[in-house]
Amino acid sequence: MPRPFAPKIATANHLLEGDVIYFTDPGWSRDHSDAAVAQTVAEADALLARASQEPHLTVGVYLADAALVDGRPAPTHFREAFRTCGPSNYFHGKQAE
Amino acid sequence: MYTYTDFDRDFLRARVAEFRDQVARRVDGSLTEDEFKPLRLMNGVYLQLHAYMLRVAIPYGTLRSAQMRKLAEIADRWDKGYGHFTTRQNIQFNWPKLSDVPDMLDALADVDMHAIQTSGNCIRNVTADHFAGATPGEVEDPRITAELIRQWSTDHPEFAYLPRKFKLAVTGTEEDRAVIRFHDIGIRVRQQNGEIGYQVVIGGGLGRTPMIGKVVRDFLPRADLFAYLEAILKVYNLSGRRDNKYKARIKILVHETGVEELKARIEGAFETQKRLLPDLNPDVVNRIHESFAPPAFKETDFDPNTGQTPPLQAFIDTNTHPHKRADHLSVTVSIKPIGGTPGDATSDQMRALADIAETHAYDELRISHEQNVILPHVHRANLPAIYAALRDAGLATANIGLISDIIACPGMDYCALATARSIPIAQQIGEAFSDLDAQHDIGPLKIKISGCINACGHHHVGHIGILGLDRAGVENYQITLGGDGTEDATLGARTGPGFAYDEIVPAVERLIETYLDHRSSPDETFLALYRRLGLAPFKAALYGDTHAKAA
Repeated sequence: MPRPFAPKIATANHLLEGDVIYFTDPGWSRDHSDAAVAQTVAEADALLARASQEPHLTVGVYLADAALVDGRPAPTHFREAFRTCGPSNYFHGKQAE
Repeated sequence: MYTYTDFDRDFLRARVAEFRDQVARRVDGSLTEDEFKPLRLMNGVYLQLHAYMLRVAIPYGTLRSAQMRKLAEIADRWDKGYGHFTTRQNIQFNWPKLSDVPDMLDALADVDMHAIQTSGNCIRNVTADHFAGATPGEVEDPRITAELIRQWSTDHPEFAYLPRKFKLAVTGTEEDRAVIRFHDIGIRVRQQNGEIGYQVVIGGGLGRTPMIGKVVRDFLPRADLFAYLEAILKVYNLSGRRDNKYKARIKILVHETGVEELKARIEGAFETQKRLLPDLNPDVVNRIHESFAPPAFKETDFDPNTGQTPPLQAFIDTNTHPHKRADHLSVTVSIKPIGGTPGDATSDQMRALADIAETHAYDELRISHEQNVILPHVHRANLPAIYAALRDAGLATANIGLISDIIACPGMDYCALATARSIPIAQQIGEAFSDLDAQHDIGPLKIKISGCINACGHHHVGHIGILGLDRAGVENYQITLGGDGTEDATLGARTGPGFAYDEIVPAVERLIETYLDHRSSPDETFLALYRRLGLAPFKAALYGDTHAKAA
């Protein structure tokens, strides 16, 4: 049986700063909870297509699984959770901003 | 060491200007990411998890104090005040902005440094024994050969688009501190009837398919070095697999073709190359040889008891290596403070190391593949002053070769390819064994940690290897035992199922308890005990008796 569809967000890195960014449709945010959420496969495809239209601002756009917590998207995989805060050995990256 | 000519300097400046233009064209939209990515990789710029990363080449790990100071300046000016020394004797900056990278490269060019060929499917930085030119028992300083190879391979037009990356390492002694059996080509400098030549090993590597390199020439005369290397590279360039990046390294070609068949093809290509290429010019070799002449060693009468203290003696016992001169030593500065990040040095520490090298150690520094910094030539009379300066800089940890002298890749704290974190595991193991006396009691032990199967943390050759994986969305750590990256090249054997993030350090503690319980005497090292008893007692300690029998 195929796995049930998990809600998706579109994420990338900022071209100049390399920082993790999230597609807010339209626009981009540095905060995961601002991301626009796709609830179906068709919505996810469309979200990815729209997020990929600003290649002068972004690098490596992709879809990531998310869960809705109080109506806002939160990461479900540990890799995406690390991307929302930064490295664990220093207080650098998003957690320090 | 080798110093740049005007030609080298002009080439570097032109290359930086070219990259500055490429960055500008990416930013203004003239270049797509697909077009730009190979260009930035050729200049050492990666995009990692949280930011860009700039990998700077340190050829054969050798630095002058002015170069180390410049690395500190770059860390302060364009990064977050530190740098990460890698297992290929390079340094990485973890937080550059893309638009700053051309300025960083210009700053590097001020001190004859660059990031060329630190990424991409080309010949990478050539590494060498970190005690090169200083250790007893050396046929010749391996950096002479490494520098010859560096000059030959830099911007070599034929080998810019190989099937996959290509790494060479050179050692000048029978002991192997350069891990030559686990490189695409490993070279051991040898002497036969007064002539210098090479033992050549190919097809070693770690990664998802670890292989021990095979000897293809026991003695290659020096004059034939480039003809033979070109023959290997030509055969690999034509026959190496390009259909699957996981099968593209030369080790797979060696494995799939068979070493005898491949050797025959290489010898065939070599015959052709020998006709086309002139022998290596002895004048060129002599010029490079001279640039690696040893420093004018200080002749001083000194009393070895002057300034002696128990902590200094403990430091000397643990962190020094014999020098070819009896009145000198090589000092290994640990970049593994207890609970710290393996290989990370702050800009202040880099400046302290530069000052120490300039004042007390003939202005020379090395980076080891074990992510430490070496002062290769130290007069014994300078040891008290060096120890005091290292202590002031937080660099006097006396743990070289012990359980907390851990290699760890950046793992998922930085790397976009990682499947799990490595650094916090290294930090927690250091903290679990923080008592240095207990570390000395445990004795020589190499723990190596990788955060994915690409094995940048060399886990296959750790006495204890730890591999971090993603198992169904959770970090999971597999253990291998008995690996050895030295001349006794051995791949570690997997113990069984992996451990969760919060279970792996207790698992390592159980391995150490098992070793302490079973060793015949304190002289029997962890590795020796493993070779005597095998996996069984360790499996029992990790999984319990029942599981060990079932596994």
